[in-house]
Amino acid sequence: MTKTISQKIIGMNGDEAVAFAAKQAQVDVVAAYPITPQTIIVERFSDYVANGEVDTQYVCVESEHSALSACVGSSLAGSRVFTATSSQGLALMHEVLYLASGLRTPIVMAVANRALSAPINIHNDHSDMMGSRDCGWIQIYAENAQEAYDWTIQAFRIGEDHKVSLPVTVNLDGFTISHAMEGVAVLEENEVSSFLGKREPMYKLDTKNPMTFGALTLPDYYSEFKRQQVEAMKNAPPVIASVANEFHKISNRQYSNLSGFNMDDADAAVICMGSVAGTARTVAAKLRKQGKRVGVLKLWQYRPFPTEEVAEALSKVKSVGVIDRAVSFGAPYGALCSDIASTKVLTGIQTKIFNVICGLGGRDVKPSDIEGMFERALRHAEGAPIDDPLAFVGVRS
Amino acid sequence: MVTLKELSTQEFFGPGHRMCTGCGPAAMARMTMKAVQKPVILVNATGCLEVASSIYPDTAWKVPWVHTLFENAAAVASGIEASLRKEGKADTVDIIAFGGDGGTFDIGIQALSGALERKHDFTYICYDNEAYMNTGIQRSGATPYGAATTTTPAGSKIPGKTDAKKDLIGVCVAHGVEYAATASIAFWNDYITKVRRATAVKGPAVIHVLAPCPLGWRFETNETIKLAKLAVQTRYFPLYEVDKGNYKLSMKVPKPTPLEEFLKPQGRFRHLFAPEFAVNLEELRRQVEANWNRIAQLCGETPIQTSPSSSQPAS
Repeated sequence: MTKTISQKIIGMNGDEAVAFAAKQAQVDVVAAYPITPQTIIVERFSDYVANGEVDTQYVCVESEHSALSACVGSSLAGSRVFTATSSQGLALMHEVLYLASGLRTPIVMAVANRALSAPINIHNDHSDMMGSRDCGWIQIYAENAQEAYDWTIQAFRIGEDHKVSLPVTVNLDGFTISHAMEGVAVLEENEVSSFLGKREPMYKLDTKNPMTFGALTLPDYYSEFKRQQVEAMKNAPPVIASVANEFHKISNRQYSNLSGFNMDDADAAVICMGSVAGTARTVAAKLRKQGKRVGVLKLWQYRPFPTEEVAEALSKVKSVGVIDRAVSFGAPYGALCSDIASTKVLTGIQTKIFNVICGLGGRDVKPSDIEGMFERALRHAEGAPIDDPLAFVGVRS
Repeated sequence: MVTLKELSTQEFFGPGHRMCTGCGPAAMARMTMKAVQKPVILVNATGCLEVASSIYPDTAWKVPWVHTLFENAAAVASGIEASLRKEGKADTVDIIAFGGDGGTFDIGIQALSGALERKHDFTYICYDNEAYMNTGIQRSGATPYGAATTTTPAGSKIPGKTDAKKDLIGVCVAHGVEYAATASIAFWNDYITKVRRATAVKGPAVIHVLAPCPLGWRFETNETIKLAKLAVQTRYFPLYEVDKGNYKLSMKVPKPTPLEEFLKPQGRFRHLFAPEFAVNLEELRRQVEANWNRIAQLCGETPIQTSPSSSQPAS
């Protein structure tokens, strides 16, 4: 039995929902730089500051490099910190991303995913975040504005947990989520504050207890620092699970590392992240009515990768099409499909895998595209060999 | 000006660091820590000072200290200051950012510009040894004309750096900072006094301090302070303050020592004394004089004197 929790529904686009979540999280410092399609986040937050609705130090910096650098400084000083970016901005932050995870500074950053130049394109795909895939941040992908709101709130607790102490990105598809208006069920601010509490840093820049941060570390110790980051990543899934369960109690919305749709008896499935999951579910439901046993596996948590849970979900699935919204040039598969292939090797699941690259630079991923993937997965499930392991869908040949 | 007796005997920049013998920046760090009067948080850009003072698991710093990246010290300081402001502690703690000339004149100038424009309450200290010494003496925007570095070698056709030194203080003053100053580690009381003035300012302040590098300038390690002094006495490195936009010379140098006395002990200028590069030596002399005259004029000093050394032939 779930209790009834009354929540206000507010019409917001994804960016506004994220800004609203950051406001409710009562962040101490925001340092950010505008970039399409993230800009609405910083604009809304600027409104909160200008109207005295938040007690936040807003540092309007001169670049994304400085945005994240300032966030690292604030996090080291013990503050709850938020920022947001997209595309080129994330790419400009690249070295700072590694700094934030290496110094173990909790920071929540929304990434309104957008294609990378060249050619310049402001629309959605995942090449920005995938380009920084190995930066040591926890990486969450939202499907819609509601999820972007919910995950932003949860991200503070996950990253600030002492067992984790890592920065977190909440990814939302540019325009598709960032600019699309939805009814978003929101919590009361006092509920969010009591859910999050005040950040209590393990270590900080403290004049009463001086410590050295960011020391030069040579071959005799560097590996141990990296190993500790690996351990922190390993510690994250149980923390994410317990945060999600507690969030469920106040919101009635249950999150996890992934979400399956009609997966229990599926012969064929599609795996994806972000907004395309909604299209995939609609198509899967239609095919189910035609008696086709298809399902959808959506990943919320991309890093750390939920290997065991993915294997469990695919254990009875005969064939799966993996959607990558970014190209990994010269690689056998896109980034997500590489992880699914690794999952297969590590766990011994027998699922046949094929990779589909689609929706680059904002190209629409149509229901007919997804239907084609399901049909293909069903053919492979019935024994057809995988002749094209990495296929582009919806692209002129 | 501050006197020796006023200084604390406590060392916050501890002995045991791995800076080179005769290192100018090491002296700068120690003097800076003698200058601070409030609890301090230090931000250090990547460079010699960072590398040689913090080799894990050791640290030379007895105050909170953070090193992040090469170009972002001013941005990290901005974030720390924002946190202190949020906690209501901004007035009780001094934030000092250290950057070398590479981390300041070149790769870090954007972050510095942003932080100055936003008026964060911190002091930025650029310790200038006039090249990328940490990576093996490559030219920076602070390397003077004619100096040989590993990326502007003294070749048979091109004798050292062909461009002039950037005017860092001018750049900072253009941002409307309340206090900016140059200093030399040879004049410790002038430097310490300036650090105290800089930290006392509400808002950003910048100090550009000359800190010679025996390895990069190629001189004897026991001559660091002597060269830091000669740089000032030859008018090569004018000492001045810019208080609320008003320039003021800290040292007037009415009878400058001939420039050669500063240049000759340094291997990086040795090639300029070859007859075929006399014209380049003359150009360096012209730039030094022009810079002095420009600063003197900004400081309201008239008449503009011609350096007596300029009439001497190159030997």
